[in-house]
Amino acid sequence: MVMPFYVSPEQMTQDKAEFARKGIARGKSLVTLEFDAGIVLVAENPYDLSKIGEIYDRVAFAGVGKYSEFDRLRKIGVQWADVEGFRFSREDVRGKALANLYSQLIGDEFIRSLKPLEVELVVAEVGDDQLAGHERNAIYKVQFDGSIANLERFCVIGGSADNIQRHLDSSFRAGLSLGDALRLGRDALQRAENGTPAIPPDNLEVCVLERRRPGRKFRRLDDAEIRALL
Amino acid sequence: MRFSFRDGYQGSSFSEFLTSEFPHLLPDLSGLAAPAGEVKVAHGTTVLGLRFTDGVLVAGDRLATMNYMVGNRDIQKVYATDDYSLMAIAGAAGPCIEMARLLRVQFEHYEKIEGEPLELEGKANTLSGLIRQNLPAAMQGLVVVPIFAGYDKRRRVGRVWKYEITGARFEEQEYDSVGSGSIFAKESLKKRWKSGATREEVLRIAVEALTDAADEDRATGGVDVLRGIYPTVKTCTAQGIEDVPDAEIAAVYQQLMDSRRSGA
Repeated sequence: MVMPFYVSPEQMTQDKAEFARKGIARGKSLVTLEFDAGIVLVAENPYDLSKIGEIYDRVAFAGVGKYSEFDRLRKIGVQWADVEGFRFSREDVRGKALANLYSQLIGDEFIRSLKPLEVELVVAEVGDDQLAGHERNAIYKVQFDGSIANLERFCVIGGSADNIQRHLDSSFRAGLSLGDALRLGRDALQRAENGTPAIPPDNLEVCVLERRRPGRKFRRLDDAEIRALL
Repeated sequence: MRFSFRDGYQGSSFSEFLTSEFPHLLPDLSGLAAPAGEVKVAHGTTVLGLRFTDGVLVAGDRLATMNYMVGNRDIQKVYATDDYSLMAIAGAAGPCIEMARLLRVQFEHYEKIEGEPLELEGKANTLSGLIRQNLPAAMQGLVVVPIFAGYDKRRRVGRVWKYEITGARFEEQEYDSVGSGSIFAKESLKKRWKSGATREEVLRIAVEALTDAADEDRATGGVDVLRGIYPTVKTCTAQGIEDVPDAEIAAVYQQLMDSRRSGA
C-alpha cells in the first residue's frame, strides 16, 4: 500500500517562508525615506537593471529579491495604474490600492504555487499640497507571503534589514533635505551585513518623488546629481 | 482577477494591453449604424503644423461645428502627447479627442514599462496604428485625420506628419494643414512659408493662415475678439513644449489686421 504523502500546513508555510527569506537575504537592501520635499528611494545597485520604477504621477515602486519576479510585478503595477487612470481620473490612482493588489497577487502565489515569490516590495505615494485630502505621504511594504504594512518616515526592504533599521531608528529626523536624506540612506545601506562598507556614488540607484513637481512627480537622479548631493 | 502574476499581456503597448485584457475600455464605434452625416457629432476644422529652425509649431482654431451650428467655441485641437510631441486633430471631435488621450497614455505606458521613451518615429507610427483601428468608424463618416509633430532628439530637428484614414502617414518637409479650412490655410502657407524661419516668423505665418482659413471657410473659427478666444498655438523644440500665450497671438493678429487695413 502506498501511504499518501502528508505535510502539515504549518510545516509547508514555514518551509516556504524560509525559502523566500533565504532568497531575499542574498540580495542587497533598499531604503525609502521621507524628506522635506518628497520621498527618496535609495538602493545599492551597480547595474543598469533598475530596482526602482515609476508607477504613476505620485506613486513609485521598489523591489528587492529575484529580479525577474519583482520586475514582472512592477510592470503589472504600471498596467494597473494606467488602466485606472484611463478609465477614471489621474487622481484616482492611489498607492494603497496598488499595495493591496500586490498583497493579493503575492499572497496568492505564496499559497498556491510550489515556489513562493522571493521578493519584497515598497509602494511609495507622495502627497500633493494642491489636492485637498491628499497632502500626506504614504509608504507601504509588501512581503513575500503577501503581508502588508503601512509605514511612516522610512522603510527598509531586503536581506539584512535589521542593522539598517536600527541605524535609521536612531538617526532619522523629520524634515531632512534631499542631500541629508540621501546621505543617511547611503550610511544606512553601508551597515548591511551583506552590503559594501563604502558604496561608490556610481553604484547607487536613486529616485525621488517630488511633492512640488507638477504632473508626474517621479524622477531618476543621474550619477552627476547623486555625486553632487553626496 | 484581471491582473495575474503568470498570465496576461506582457508587452509594452497600452492599446494592445487593453485589447487583450480590457476590450470594453477601447472606443468601439462599429455599432454606429447610420452614416455619421445623419448623426450630430461635433467636428473640428482647421489645424496646421510648420517646421522652423528650432523645431515645430502647431496651431489650430477653436471652433467645433455640429452640422451648420456651433458645437463649441473654445475647443482645444492641439494636444501635447508627451514632453516632445504634439497632436492636432481635425475631423469628428469625439473620436479625435479619445485618440489623443489614448495616445498620451500609450507613450507614457511605454516609457514606464521600458524605462525610456519611444523615438519620435516610433510615436508617429503608433498613431498610424490607432488611425487604422478607427477605419470602420471612418467609413461611417467619423473620420480622424490628425497632424502629428514633435522634436526628434536624435536628429535634432522638428518633424511633421500627416495621416490618411487608412493609417498611412506622410512626413512633410515644410508645413501641412488638415480640416475643412485647410485648402485656404495651405494657399496662405504656400505663399508665406520659407525655410529657416524663426519662431516669431512662423507664428506670424500660422496666425495669418488660420485667419485666411476662417475668412473663407464658415466652419473655421477666427479670432473671437468679443470673448477673447484666440487660436491654440504650441511649439516643440529641444527645450520641450511651450504654449504661445494669448497676448502674443493677439499682438500678431493686431499687426496682421493693421497691415491688411493699410494694404501694406
